[in-house]
Amino acid sequence: MAMAISFTLNGDRVSSDADPTALLVSVIRDDLRKTGTHIGCDTSQCGACNVLLDGIPVKSCTLLLGQVEGHEVTTIEGLASDETLHPMQQAFKDEHGLQCGFCTPGMVMTGIGIAHRHGANVEKDVIAHELEGNLCRCTGYVNIVNAIQAGAAAMANQPRQEAAE
Amino acid sequence: MTYLRPVTLEDAIRLGGSGGDAAYLAGGHTLIPAMKARLRDPDKLIDIGQLAELKGIDRDGDRLWVGAGTTHAGVEAGAGGIPALAHMASLIGDPQVRARGTLGGALANNDPAADYPAAALALDAVIETDRAAHSAEDFFQGMFYTALEEGELIRRVGFRIPDRAAYEKFRHPASRYAIAGVFVAFLGGEPRVAVTGAGGDGVFRWTEAEEALEAESDLGNIGAPDPADMTSDIHAGAEYRAHLCTVMLKRAVENLS
Repeated sequence: MAMAISFTLNGDRVSSDADPTALLVSVIRDDLRKTGTHIGCDTSQCGACNVLLDGIPVKSCTLLLGQVEGHEVTTIEGLASDETLHPMQQAFKDEHGLQCGFCTPGMVMTGIGIAHRHGANVEKDVIAHELEGNLCRCTGYVNIVNAIQAGAAAMANQPRQEAAE
Repeated sequence: MTYLRPVTLEDAIRLGGSGGDAAYLAGGHTLIPAMKARLRDPDKLIDIGQLAELKGIDRDGDRLWVGAGTTHAGVEAGAGGIPALAHMASLIGDPQVRARGTLGGALANNDPAADYPAAALALDAVIETDRAAHSAEDFFQGMFYTALEEGELIRRVGFRIPDRAAYEKFRHPASRYAIAGVFVAFLGGEPRVAVTGAGGDGVFRWTEAEEALEAESDLGNIGAPDPADMTSDIHAGAEYRAHLCTVMLKRAVENLS
């Protein structure tokens, strides 16, 4: 039998007996029961499955379990600390950056990546451009852009917490 | 399907040559979608995504050498020696795709709408593998076909540093692949023009455009490529693609740097 594959999920060491060629999103959802990461298109287009891999947003529908062995994966469940939301989550709440919420976990991850790349004063047109890999079918992009802008500003006021780099 | 993760390049190449239907897995942003679509079903997946020997960018003489395992984000950030190449990388997919997809994977797949083939052809690139050094001219052999043999692994790609260059593409609004993309480069004063996304047989050099640039004639007079040589699908017809080539060419020439 193959050895179980270990990686860090939301700060905890986990292992899975799934095949190394299993899709990471399936392992996270079905095996490790973290269902906050969603499957939208399953074709690398929509961004609903975005997670952080070593702190960088990636599409978990286009990653194999074997590829993350020994690495750190963060899902939407791993962002808040106890009762305190991650600043990007709080910004989505404050700015009404969601309607049905299906795309939101992936949007938050992309927002965190935008904040890391562009800093506290990122412009709205940059955010809109870099949201090209995330689809919202409620057409709520205006508030999503507002939320990421507010979240990026808020993140600058506190140390990075979602990944050790 | 067997998943293998060799720790050295030599082991990877040995595994790639050990028979069966083996596939190298780098970022996986072409291969995994192809496997999902049942277009690929390799017996062996050889994960080369973490081999440091395949990553990085170095200048050597008149070429910028980019490791095949360098991600699009890595080229965007590190190919400042050729600004047009860095700009081209920034237009691939979306930030999440650019964090994983690699130069080598894109070239090995030779998707007719991918961006790198146009850069490689216009910048007279050398594609260095475990067993050969292919000129871009010989490497691309029609859509999804290349000079690569079974088990052959791209190590790095040497792009000639141009006097000036620019890339402009009309992006598919969902996939971000090129409906038509034109890479213009002046190498030692000689213009080279490569087109991706539009050609019926993949990337091609647009010699009429090169001759017009060489003659410094009015770009407004350059005719579109023959629509019979263009591809046509639900996104854009052949005549429209041919016309887009002229528009992208003009924009690229205006933005040469």
